[in-house]
Amino acid sequence: MFVLSELTDTIQIEPHLFKFRLEEALAREINRKFANKVIHKVGLVICLHQLNHVLDSFVFPGDGSSHTKVRFTLVVFRPMVGECIIGKIKSCSPEGLVLSISFFDDIHVPPQALPHPSRFDEQEQLWIWQYESDDGSHELFMDLGETARFRVTREVFIDTAPEEEGTASPYVLEASFADQGLGLLAWWQ
Amino acid sequence: MDVVKENAAMLSNFEVFALLNELRAEKGVDKHQQPNNQATITYETIKYLEETPCKEQTAEIVEQFLTRTTSFQLTKIEKLQLLNLRPTTAVEMQLVVEESEERLTEEQVSELLRIVAETLPAKAEGAMEQ
Repeated sequence: MFVLSELTDTIQIEPHLFKFRLEEALAREINRKFANKVIHKVGLVICLHQLNHVLDSFVFPGDGSSHTKVRFTLVVFRPMVGECIIGKIKSCSPEGLVLSISFFDDIHVPPQALPHPSRFDEQEQLWIWQYESDDGSHELFMDLGETARFRVTREVFIDTAPEEEGTASPYVLEASFADQGLGLLAWWQ
Repeated sequence: MDVVKENAAMLSNFEVFALLNELRAEKGVDKHQQPNNQATITYETIKYLEETPCKEQTAEIVEQFLTRTTSFQLTKIEKLQLLNLRPTTAVEMQLVVEESEERLTEEQVSELLRIVAETLPAKAEGAMEQ
């Protein structure tokens, strides 16, 4: 679910960081600028992997910082569509489930992607899989905090440029519980 | 900022876990200097990966696993998922290997499960359970 992505950018180093070696200062600034941020159509950045190429640094009038063009590789979270991952159920609503993997919480399972037939219980505010077997029907609750296996079915990147309104999440994954082996781990043990 | 290559390579959970632990060890001294965002993502990612099979893996283990599975002609993403998920049942294997009914016989699925069980260590038992 992790990939390496190569980027180029001009990195600004403020004067108070001049005490560090250039590579160290660049690494700190790249991590500061990109870690835990979503790059559009690339994914969620975890950390810097390596500096590939450092070009000359420039200083501009009126600005004490140095500006350095760098080519570098980042460790990025971006699962492939079709990939299976294990996570926890974070919340339930009539719109479906929201799953979490600690560092990333925008994984949505829409009602159509739940095992069939499933229903939403208004009182418990939980989704239930109504599993039919030879020995009768069972109500399998999808409790909050339970560990589950899901398959990524779609990735959605929303360009959250400043002009756009609202606080939509820039990177959202759609997932499914609908195949054999998916859903709560407890169901398949 | 320009993207040169959005997917230059795929990493297994083990590789990311090792890298983050290395970073954490290096930064151990300067704790207050590590910017908030980076500290958060590092902490949360390590927290997640610690609960997965990659915690028990080493470079040698991964290499051995890849050598023993070459004959099955699995794609890169399938091998990665086997490493990350460590399936123990045929149902889990079917989730990882695309069109497994056509590409693998029942014996091959059992063989693959055996290789996974033998080469990749299971999660160590918690101290409280011992």
